[in-house]
Amino acid sequence: MSSTPLPKQIAPGRLARWWDSDLAFSFRSSPVTVAATVLALLLVLAAVAAPLIAPYDPFDPASLDLSDGFSRPMEPNEITGKVFWLGSDAQGRDIFSAILYGSRVSLLVGAASVLFSLVIGVGLGLVAGYLGGRTEALIMRVADVQLSFPAILVALLVFGVARGLIPPALQERMTLLVLVVAIGLSNWAQYARTVRGSTLVEKNKVYVDAARLIGLKAWPVMLKHVLPNVAGPVLVIATINLALAVIEEATLSFLGVGMPPTQPSLGTLIRFGQQYLFSGEWWILLFPSLVLVLLALSINLFGDWLRDALNPKLR
Amino acid sequence: MLAYILRSLMQGLVVMLAVAFIAFSMFRFVGDPVVNMLGQEATLQDRAELTERLGLNDPVPLQFARFVGDAAQGDFGISYRQGRKVSSLILERLPATVELAVLSAIFAFVLGVALGVYAAIRRDGWIANLVMSLSLIGVSLPTFLIGIGLIYIFAVELRWLPSFGRGDTVALGWWTTGLLTASGLKSLIMPVLTLGFLQLTLIMRLVRSEMLEVMRADFIRFARARGIPERRIEFRHALRNTLIPVITIAGVQLGGVIAFAIVTETVFQWPGLGALFVNAVQFVDVPVMSAYLLFVAFVFVLTSLIVDLIYVALDPRLRSGNPAMAK
Amino acid sequence: MQSEAAIPVLSVRDLTVEFVTRRGTLRALDRVSFDVARGEVLGVVGESGAGKSVTGSAIIGLIDPPGRIAGGEVVLSGERIDNLPDEAMRKVRGRRIGMIFQDPLTSLNPLYRISEQLIETIRVHTDLSAAQARARAIALLDEVGIPAPERRIDSYPHEFSGGMRQRVVIALALCAEPDFIIADEPTTALDVSVQAQIIALIKRLCKERGTSVMLVTHDMGVIAETADRVAVMYAGRVAEIGPVRDVVKAPLHPYAKGLMGAIPSLEGEAKRLVQIPGTMPRLSAIPPGCAFNPRCAQVFARCHVEQPELIAVGDRRVACHLYDMPQSLHDASHGKPEIAA
Repeated sequence: MSSTPLPKQIAPGRLARWWDSDLAFSFRSSPVTVAATVLALLLVLAAVAAPLIAPYDPFDPASLDLSDGFSRPMEPNEITGKVFWLGSDAQGRDIFSAILYGSRVSLLVGAASVLFSLVIGVGLGLVAGYLGGRTEALIMRVADVQLSFPAILVALLVFGVARGLIPPALQERMTLLVLVVAIGLSNWAQYARTVRGSTLVEKNKVYVDAARLIGLKAWPVMLKHVLPNVAGPVLVIATINLALAVIEEATLSFLGVGMPPTQPSLGTLIRFGQQYLFSGEWWILLFPSLVLVLLALSINLFGDWLRDALNPKLR
Repeated sequence: MLAYILRSLMQGLVVMLAVAFIAFSMFRFVGDPVVNMLGQEATLQDRAELTERLGLNDPVPLQFARFVGDAAQGDFGISYRQGRKVSSLILERLPATVELAVLSAIFAFVLGVALGVYAAIRRDGWIANLVMSLSLIGVSLPTFLIGIGLIYIFAVELRWLPSFGRGDTVALGWWTTGLLTASGLKSLIMPVLTLGFLQLTLIMRLVRSEMLEVMRADFIRFARARGIPERRIEFRHALRNTLIPVITIAGVQLGGVIAFAIVTETVFQWPGLGALFVNAVQFVDVPVMSAYLLFVAFVFVLTSLIVDLIYVALDPRLRSGNPAMAK
Repeated sequence: MQSEAAIPVLSVRDLTVEFVTRRGTLRALDRVSFDVARGEVLGVVGESGAGKSVTGSAIIGLIDPPGRIAGGEVVLSGERIDNLPDEAMRKVRGRRIGMIFQDPLTSLNPLYRISEQLIETIRVHTDLSAAQARARAIALLDEVGIPAPERRIDSYPHEFSGGMRQRVVIALALCAEPDFIIADEPTTALDVSVQAQIIALIKRLCKERGTSVMLVTHDMGVIAETADRVAVMYAGRVAEIGPVRDVVKAPLHPYAKGLMGAIPSLEGEAKRLVQIPGTMPRLSAIPPGCAFNPRCAQVFARCHVEQPELIAVGDRRVACHLYDMPQSLHDASHGKPEIAA
């Protein structure tokens, strides 16, 4: 315990300062935000640790027993007597485990596509703001058009094109990648707009001219100033986009153009569950839907708070 | 003012051409159109003939020009999967989507503006806070889940409304409408709510934040300092200034309703364009995909043109022919 | 009649405005007191953040939350108005107190013709018909010096230049003929050439209509030219108040001395411009005792412990311990005390 006294000395000081900062205060004083953040973290943690937590491996055909099928939640199965917390589906697959693995896929696609659109958007925004002229006009025009087209349409188109280009044998394995690209390509424009705005502001500042005058390249100097300025807004966009991307992935999978049944995401699970809407096996549909909504809602709540907290103009 | 309208017309044209180019590239380079039309078993000679007939040996710019020319006349080729003219497929399904989209847009806009204004005026009231919290839940609810939820409540449990389809329709020339029959109207309720809900929450949040922004403006403070009653300030001074940016953004968003209909139509098995498009994507039916893309782009250009015209009508700074004055 | 002339148009007593933040309560105004007599122009000067604009907002009842009036009173022509209910206060605004803001570009609603904005304001406060209100609006525009008012009245704000817009703003403030006008930095956003015209206009209106004006500005030149009396504010307190000639020529408060030293004089005495060392403290860090003590050249022990009250010295009042010595106390008793109460 006392072996590392030095970092321990520093840590409380920093922690205390952070705890006292306006951001931390506004976080602490919003119970909804705290609850949402805790929930989001729990869901993410459960998804990451799915193989450790899940009582069954829902995608190992050997472990499935048809006689376990349609077990009601928390009740022993009529034939086998096994208890599934959240019930089981037609093949006797444990819903709880399927949800854990499903949210893993959903979050993976969501996070990867956010990263993808962030890199493209920030990059194009910098280029547009820095180069100006035709390049800027072209990039921003494309961004405008892109923003006015619903993301789901863009994603569907990209998905359709990829399907036409990728040989059928590879399609199933490539789906995850295609989804990441499709969703990522449908969400980059907002980053580009924000970053371009900041770049334009910085570009006209004196220090850029000064750097040029003394023979420095303006690029690295600007990067150093632009990036910290856009970090806040970009973080806000990324948070809200993560919720959007998870929903978008679920929607694509629900439409039947997303994750295949062998590697289901939450959307795929909901697509299956919908078949039982009229026959009374409500748990197959309800639980994955609930998890999806809670995931999106908690991320959105956090993003909403972050946006207000980083924007002193509001309130 | 005329210059302003001409400019937005030009911009629309450029957007259409760019989208046409994407649609053309899809048609030309995603898969082989000849193989897709004739199937794998066709003879080499058949293929060569079709290639010639489609003009696929011509230089690419010429092919693109022909593609645009055909599209302008409503000729989008033949569906790979259904073997029918894409244009007639689209015309058949157009009324279902248009009726759904227009009603949803009206629903979303009217209720969205009303709730947004209310939430801005009573910003600290509990109803306003409740509405705002619900709107955040609304943003987090995927459209398809709203649809499924409504079906569960109103079709499965209560059995008040049909769970799928358009109900009975009446033909008016080539247009079929569900607005004139009781079952058609009943069938519209849930899809309209589902499709409009996301737009409703977005518009509401937009109106609220714009209005709060405007309420902080100097001219509002000056109006207060002149003793203008608060109600009058809110509904006369703030509302009009709020609506200008709202109409721009909301207008474009509502244009997107057409495309959002993809999900709603799938949930309710609505025989519209969106469902057609999802099928086309699943089976890589490229002519249908590119035609749908062009259709959505057209709707988008049309709505932004209308929005520009409304903008001119609302903002005197644009009318007096000096667009630079408007920010 | 005589008694009415004796009652000041505006009397502010111990006005205190606080902003409640999580870091504690900030005092933006600390027991500010002054009077404005009928037909008088009171200049209010100070650095930005001294509380000039907050004073104006507090008088007209437009302090935005989290700010609030925490004490004192505002008396308009003998009637207390700081505790009026919202609706009654709204009727005071525009009707009895007019206000002119800094930036004419943003003070007018860009989407309405100025005729609509003028007629609206007139009809809110009077029983005039639309036609009568329009005639009155045209007369007002004429009075504030807008050429061809019957033609210009139907223009939109963006069709006017900055100076013309400020004239429109003044016309709007005059709509219901208030006895008292708060002009918050009315020339700051204007071109230098236009500033003088607007100041001349305010002076003229004041004389012709007998309106009292509280002119908030950080421009000592404007004050020297326009005001009858001047109040110097520092860190939310009145440092010195008195006839403009005395305060400008021979300021008493060390801060006022510094401030007056900072005006370039045209009269040729090649006086060196004096600069006050340091900056005004933030509201969250006002030192105990006299707020000016860290920057004051004549500071002594008492300044660190006791906050100076306004005391009468001749025709003026000053909040400084330097003038609270026994002998100056004696002197002051010969001067007429300025507080009526």
